[in-house]
Amino acid sequence: MRICVLIKQLPDTGSALKIRADELWVDEDNLVFSANESDSYALEEALLMKEAQGGEVVVVSLGPERVGQVLKDALAKGADRAIHLHDPAWEVLDSLGLARIMAAVLKEEQCDLIFTGLQSDDTGDGQLGPMLAELLDMPHVTLVVETELSDGRIKVKQELEGGWFQYVTAQLPVLLTIQSGINKPRYASLRGIMAMKHKEIKAVGAGDLDLPADQWVAGRTLQRLYVPEKTKETVFLEGSPQEVGAALVDHLVNTAKVF
Amino acid sequence: MSRQLRGPDYLALSDLLTEEEILIQHTAHDFVTAEVLPIITKHFRDGTFPATLVPQMAQLGFLGSALPPEVGGAGLSAVGYGLVSQELERGDSAIRSFVSVQNSLVMFPIFTFGSEDQKERWLKPLARGEVIGCFGLTEPDVGSNPAAMQTRARRDGDGWVLSGAKMWITNGSIADIAIVWAKDEEDTVRGFIVERGSPGFSAPDMTGKLSLRASVTSELLLDEVPVAESSRLPGAAGLGGPLNCLTEARYGIAWGAIGAAVACYEAALEYAGERTQFGRPISGFQLTQEKLVWMLTEITKAQLLVLQLGRLKEQGKLRFQQVSLAKRNNVWMARVCARLAREIHGANGIMDEYPLMRHMMNLESVYTYEGTHEMHTLILGEDITGQPAFT
Ligand SMILES: Cc1cc2nc3c(=O)[nH]c(=O)nc-3n(C[C@H](O)[C@H](O)[C@H](O)COP(=O)(O)OP(=O)(O)OC[C@H]3O[C@@H](n4cnc5c(N)ncnc54)[C@H](O)[C@@H]3O)c2cc1C
Repeated sequence: MRICVLIKQLPDTGSALKIRADELWVDEDNLVFSANESDSYALEEALLMKEAQGGEVVVVSLGPERVGQVLKDALAKGADRAIHLHDPAWEVLDSLGLARIMAAVLKEEQCDLIFTGLQSDDTGDGQLGPMLAELLDMPHVTLVVETELSDGRIKVKQELEGGWFQYVTAQLPVLLTIQSGINKPRYASLRGIMAMKHKEIKAVGAGDLDLPADQWVAGRTLQRLYVPEKTKETVFLEGSPQEVGAALVDHLVNTAKVF
Repeated sequence: MSRQLRGPDYLALSDLLTEEEILIQHTAHDFVTAEVLPIITKHFRDGTFPATLVPQMAQLGFLGSALPPEVGGAGLSAVGYGLVSQELERGDSAIRSFVSVQNSLVMFPIFTFGSEDQKERWLKPLARGEVIGCFGLTEPDVGSNPAAMQTRARRDGDGWVLSGAKMWITNGSIADIAIVWAKDEEDTVRGFIVERGSPGFSAPDMTGKLSLRASVTSELLLDEVPVAESSRLPGAAGLGGPLNCLTEARYGIAWGAIGAAVACYEAALEYAGERTQFGRPISGFQLTQEKLVWMLTEITKAQLLVLQLGRLKEQGKLRFQQVSLAKRNNVWMARVCARLAREIHGANGIMDEYPLMRHMMNLESVYTYEGTHEMHTLILGEDITGQPAFT
């Protein structure tokens, strides 16, 4: 069995972020990076499955040089090999472009299972998993909080709105997007860390893929990144309690429109 | 940005470490933050050892970490091993003590002085935490001068009979095996693997400790305990055997003490930034800053010291006197850090809600065990003057 896990590297959640002068991204100098939270759970789920069923875990990440760190972290935790997608042409991508690149790579891998995190904590799109599944012509289940694998089928518990859950079964191959909290991600063991450098990290660039360049041109572009601007102002209501009460209700109903 | 150590790294020592070493520190650091810190105060208060940590530490490879993988170790560099010790002691000296004993005082002598059968039988179970070990050198009347050891090993047919008493033995009553040092009829110090349950062997706990309360400390009573020749460590003859083990353990302590100091420094820095008196945070007063700066400076010097110590060890060039220098300096500075950090915390500092008194009390043991501060002074004094001043 082969399980591929997609991992995105993000600024660590504890980082103090500064917006870059061009307002198109954050200043990445001096930031500490780590794996996207739900991706860590996805990796753990894959490792648990491998330990129970045997097989291979392949981790995949797209991004600059530094992304090698999250791949190595995953190898140290027990993933078997890694694929690092890195090309200057891929600096600005939208979800569809990214999904097409991933599909071109994963097509070759013939995975039985593909795990992604539910969404990346930077842009929060949550689109890559479903798009990738479509491109690879396999089913997908999002928001997975429990998995049970048997005889080429997988039964998953899926989180719905309002505290509801449902169970879904799917035939392999299938793509799952994993919700944080599904398991307890492990620490890399010392033996795992020492074994890491003997494992393969395959570098893949645009030239290695059978994918025309127009396939990853972003159809959606980021216009401006900014800290929410304060637009609200405080209104002081004056008068007798009755007048203030009436003015407050009027404001809530007609101006703030909270009812 | 390249990978960084977690915690204070004022001189960018991360740049001098391998990627593996930094990841090792991350694992140990994160483990301590998530698994040790939330439970340690209660264990210290209750005087109990957090045994639930043992399987987790074994799983992560902390037990026997510097030994080769063939015998269950993780094959860490000396610096990697040191970083683990440092992080564990940032949690509590008791946890580092447990790991030091298992690694340096039990697995190391079996690996170094043991027979093939002994290695085969014990090392992997020790690495998996299924077997716990202890090390019995100190006796009621014999501390700093182990050459005066009174425990005896008498030949008896094909085997041996041990009699005597050991005291202050870390892990004693929870240990499945004890490495016991005793003098034979020719006054040569020999090492034995004594199994729990051997006739005449018992390990009553020592109670009333106000230091290392989360660590088990016991006596080992040996009343004519029969031990097979196959349980004697064949490679150890003379005091050099146990002293070699102590050099290993002291090496880990030199690193570990930094962890305790870091815990105190970080607590003090945070507290000083939050506590307001005379209308400003106390971190804004020069006297507080002087204390914080002293701590950071001493921590940084200590980090540099152990890093070079580790590199010398990796190259096989380390002298035991250099280990004495580092153990002596680093425990001393950690002990002062605990006091300064407690001062910065004012009255709050005496509460066990904060880690200062716990570390301060623990460090009293660390200052004394594995060679007291004074003994290391004498070791260094002899080394530089050529004149032994022990007696
Ligand atoms: C919590 C704890 C755990 C321990 N765990 C273990 C263990 O697992 N295994 C083990 O074998 N031992 C263990 N020990 C024992 C420890 O190694 C000894 O306590 C230590 O070697 C000091 O011996 P002592 O306490 O008998 O002090 P002593 O040797 O009696 O020394 C008392 C004081 O006199 C000073 N002194 C002694 N001789 C001289 C001299 N010549 N010149 C100047 N000053 C001198 C010492 O520095 C010290 O200040 C442990 C101790 C503690 C507290």
